[in-house]
Amino acid sequence: MDEAEKKKMFDVDSAALLVKELRANFGSGKTKSYGWRVSQMKNIIKMIEDHENDFVEALRSDLSKPELESFVFEIAMLKASCKLALKELKSWMKPERVKTSLAAFPSSAEIMSEPLGVVLVISAWNYPLLLSLDPVLGAIAAGNAVVLKPSEIAPATSSLLKKLLGEYLDSSAIRVVEGAVPETSALLEQKWDKIFYTGNGRVGRIVMAAAAKHLTPVLLELGGKCPVVVDSGINLKVATRRIIAGKWGCNNGQACISPDYIITTKEYAPKLVDSLKTELESFYGKDPLETKDLSRIVNASHFARLSKLLDEDKVSDKIVHGGQRDKAQLKIGPTILLDVPHDSLIMNEEIFGPLLPILTVDKVEESFEFINSRTKALAAYIFTNNRKLKEEFVRAVSAGGLVINDTTLHLAVPTLPFGGVGESGLGSYHGKFSFDAFSHKKAVLYRTFAGDAPARYPPYTQGNLKLLKALMEGSVFGIIRALFGW
Amino acid sequence: MAEKLKGTFDVHKAASLMNELRSSFNTGRTRSYEWRVAQLQSIAKLVDEREKEILHALYTDLSKPECEAFVSEISMTKASCKLALKELKRWMKPEKAKTSMATFPSSAEIVSEPFGVVLIISTWNYPLLLSLDPVIGAIAAGNVVVLKPSEISPATSSLLAKLLEEYVDNSAIRVVEGAVAETSALLEQKWDKIFYIGSTRVGRIVMAAAAKQLTPVILELGGKCPAVVDPNVNLQVAARRIIAGKWACNNGQACIAPDYVITTKAFAQKLIDAMKNELEVFFGNDPMESKDLSRIVNSNHFARLKKMLDEEEVSSKIVHGGQWDEKRLKIAPTILLDVPEETILMKEEIFGPLLPIHTVDKLKESFDVIKSKSKPLAAYLFTNRKEVKKAFVENISAGGILINDTVLHLTVPTLPFGGVGDSGMGSYHGKFSFDAFSHKKAVLYRSFAGDATARYPPYTPKKLRLLKALINGGIFGIILALLGRTKN
Repeated sequence: MDEAEKKKMFDVDSAALLVKELRANFGSGKTKSYGWRVSQMKNIIKMIEDHENDFVEALRSDLSKPELESFVFEIAMLKASCKLALKELKSWMKPERVKTSLAAFPSSAEIMSEPLGVVLVISAWNYPLLLSLDPVLGAIAAGNAVVLKPSEIAPATSSLLKKLLGEYLDSSAIRVVEGAVPETSALLEQKWDKIFYTGNGRVGRIVMAAAAKHLTPVLLELGGKCPVVVDSGINLKVATRRIIAGKWGCNNGQACISPDYIITTKEYAPKLVDSLKTELESFYGKDPLETKDLSRIVNASHFARLSKLLDEDKVSDKIVHGGQRDKAQLKIGPTILLDVPHDSLIMNEEIFGPLLPILTVDKVEESFEFINSRTKALAAYIFTNNRKLKEEFVRAVSAGGLVINDTTLHLAVPTLPFGGVGESGLGSYHGKFSFDAFSHKKAVLYRTFAGDAPARYPPYTQGNLKLLKALMEGSVFGIIRALFGW
Repeated sequence: MAEKLKGTFDVHKAASLMNELRSSFNTGRTRSYEWRVAQLQSIAKLVDEREKEILHALYTDLSKPECEAFVSEISMTKASCKLALKELKRWMKPEKAKTSMATFPSSAEIVSEPFGVVLIISTWNYPLLLSLDPVIGAIAAGNVVVLKPSEISPATSSLLAKLLEEYVDNSAIRVVEGAVAETSALLEQKWDKIFYIGSTRVGRIVMAAAAKQLTPVILELGGKCPAVVDPNVNLQVAARRIIAGKWACNNGQACIAPDYVITTKAFAQKLIDAMKNELEVFFGNDPMESKDLSRIVNSNHFARLKKMLDEEEVSSKIVHGGQWDEKRLKIAPTILLDVPEETILMKEEIFGPLLPIHTVDKLKESFDVIKSKSKPLAAYLFTNRKEVKKAFVENISAGGILINDTVLHLTVPTLPFGGVGDSGMGSYHGKFSFDAFSHKKAVLYRSFAGDATARYPPYTPKKLRLLKALINGGIFGIILALLGRTKN
C-alpha cells in the first residue's frame, strides 16, 4: 500500500465497503464455529503475552499509566476475561432447554444463542486496551464479525491495536478502524447488527440516534457522578485506602467507576479528611506531582476542563488538600474539597479527574436523598457497618452497580453484570453477560404432527370453546369434562 | 383520570402527567410485593368480570370471532397474570452471584429493581393482549406505567381506559388515548423504558425519540414470516396448522402469522389442494359468509391489501379465493402461486388474508429466499427430516422458530418472545417480561477485613507479582508470589 492510499480518508464509502465485506464473510459461516472463536481468543491471549511490554509502553505514552495499573487493570483483566471465555464457551454456546406448558403439548423447546452478525465496538481512551478488547472478546465469543474503533485520544494504543490485531487475528472478520469524528460518523451511518459504545452521554445519544435509523440494538457504557457515602463507626483507615485506590489509583480518577464525590456527616468529615491526607501521603509521598504511581491528566483539553472546575468562584476556596498543578506535565495533585456549592460545575459534571469534593449532611441517611436527586450513576458506594443502613442503601439507591465497603471492585466479578442505568447507560457485559450482549436469543419450539387438537380449528362451536377454555386454564378436570362434551 | 379529550393531550399535559407519575413512583408504593400483587389480581379480575364487554369491543373493532378472542386475548392475558402472581416472589428475589478469589472476602448478588416510569405503546390487532400483557410485566417489575392503546381499535382503547381506571391504582397506572399527536407528546418525555409494538417504520421513530433521553426500548415489530413446507409431511395437519396460524389469527393480521409459504415446484399443487380442502372445512363454501374470520380492520388496510392484489402480474397468480367486499371490509382467504419477487405483495409484510406460495426446485433454496429478506419475527418449517430441521434452526435467523407448527411458541412463557434485526429488539413473556422492565443492579458486599495491601501504592515489583497472581486466581501463583517468585 503506498503513502497516498494510506492517507486516503476513511469515509462513508470506505465504511460501506468494509461492512459489505464483513457481512459476506460472516455469511460464509466461519465465525460461527466453536473452533474459530477459540482460535481467535487464544490468539488474543498470545498477542497480549507476546507484546505485554509494548502495551505497557503505549499506555505510558498515552496516559503515563503506572506499570502496575497497566498490568493489573488492563492486561491481567483482559487475560482473565479471555481465559474465562475459553473455559466456558462450550457451555455458553449450548442451547438452553426450557419447559413447555400443557397448551403446546407434545413439544420441546429451547433457546438458541446465535451471533447478531457484524458488530461495531467504539472504545474509550482511559482504559484503551481493556475497553477495546474486552467487548471485542465478547463479540468474538458470540460468533460475530467485529469492527473496533479505538479512541483517538489514546493514539499509541490505538495504532498498536491496529497493528497487532491485524497480525494476530483473522482480518476477514475482525478489523480496526482508527480515526476521530469523521471516521466514527462514517461508521455510524452503516447498518450494524449491534453497536457497543463506551464513553459519555452526549456521544451516547448520537450513537443511539444513528442506530435508530437502522433499528440497531445498542449497548452504551456511559458515565455519571459515582457517589461514596461514608458513615461513622467504620474502619477508617481501610475505607480511606479503598477510596483512594478507587479514585487516584484508577487512572488518577479518570475512570467511569471512580468515586466522583463523597457524602459524609458534618461531624465525621474532619476525621475523614485527616485520614485521606495521611493515606495520600503514604501512597504518593509528600510531593504527589513527583510520584511515578499516578497517571497524568490525559491531555491539555482535559487539563483545562479540570482547571476550570477548580477555579470556579466559591469552589477554589473550598480546597482542603492538594490543588497543585503543572500544566506542562499535565499533572494535578490529588485534591480534596469540602462543601462546594451544590450548583457548582464540579458538582454537576462528571469530574473524571483527581478532584474529590466532600459534601456534608447532618444525618448520613440524608445522603440517599441527595444521590437520588441526581441522575443515576454507573456505580455507588457506601462505607458502613450498620446493617440497616446497608439494606436501605441497596434498596433506595439506583445505580449500575453498588459496592458496600469498597470501591470499583465489582468490575472484577464476572458473575455480576457491568453496566449503567438511566444516564449511565443501557445494557451490560462481563463474563457470560458479554456473550449474551452480542447474541440473539432465538426461541425454538419443536412440535410433532401427532397430538393435533381439533378444538383449535374453525368452525368454532360451543364445544370447541369449552375445551379450549379448559386447556388454557390448565385444569385437568376441565379438559376431561370438555372432551366428554360437557 | 383517563386522558380522554383527544387533541388536547399536548406536550404540556404529557410533561405534567410525567411529573405526577414520577412523584408517585418516588413514594416507593409500586415497589412493594403487596402492591404489585394487588394490581395483578385486579387485572385478572377485570378480564374475568368484564369478559363480555371485552369480547364485544373486540368484535366491534375487528369482528374477531368469540372463540379466537377468548383464546388468544382473554385466556392469554389471564394466564399471564396467573403466572406472574405465582412466580413473583421468586422473580423479585435477588440472585446470588459467585465471587472469585480476586475479591475475597466478598459476597455478591444481582438485585432486580424497577426502571421507574415506563411507556407502553400498544397496537390494534390484539388490542387487549398486547396492551395488558406488557402492562402486567411492567407492574410485576414494580414500575409506574402509562399505556397508549391503539386508536385503530377505538372500542377496545376506550374500554381499556374505562376499566383500568375502575380496577387498578390510578396514581400509578394510566391510560392515554389518542393518535399521532398524543403519541408524539408522550415520546417527548423522559421515560425510563419504552415498550413499543407495531411497525418497523414507527419503531425507528420511537427509538430516535428514546435516543434523545437515553431511554432503553423494546421494539416488537414485524416482517415477513416464512413457512417452509417439505414434501412428505402429514399434509393435512400441516395445512391445518398453516391455516390456523394465518386466517384463524385475526385473518392474517398478526405479526407472527405465516406471511408466505415456500415449497418445491413438485409439491406445490398437493399443498394447494390440501389447503383448499381444509379452508373449506374451516370456513365453508363461501368464506365471505363465515363468522369465524376477523374482518379487515379498516378501509385503509383494505385499500392497502387490495392494492397488493391488483398489482400487475399478481392477480393472475391467484389459485384460490380472491373475492372481496369493500363495504363489509372482507377479503376471502386467498392463495397465490409464484408471484414475482418485485411486487409489493412479496416485498412488504402482508398482514392480511393473502398467502403467496413461492416455489423452488430444491428445498434448500428456500433458505436463500428467506435470507434475502430482512429477519422476520418468526420462521416456520414443516418437515420430518432431522437434517433439514437442524439446518433450518442453525441457519435461519428470526425472532423465534417453530418446527411443524405455526404461532404456538407465543404460548410458551419459558421462551423469550421478540424479534431480531428489523423485526425488533428485546423480548418478553413470562419471566422475560419481568426482566424487560427491571434494571439488574449488581451489588458487591465487602468486609473491612482481608485488605490486600498489594493493591495500594507505592507500587513495587513484589506487589505487582502478587496482584497478578491473585487476579489470575491460581493458588500456586499466589503462593509463589508470596514467596517472592514468579513462574517465569
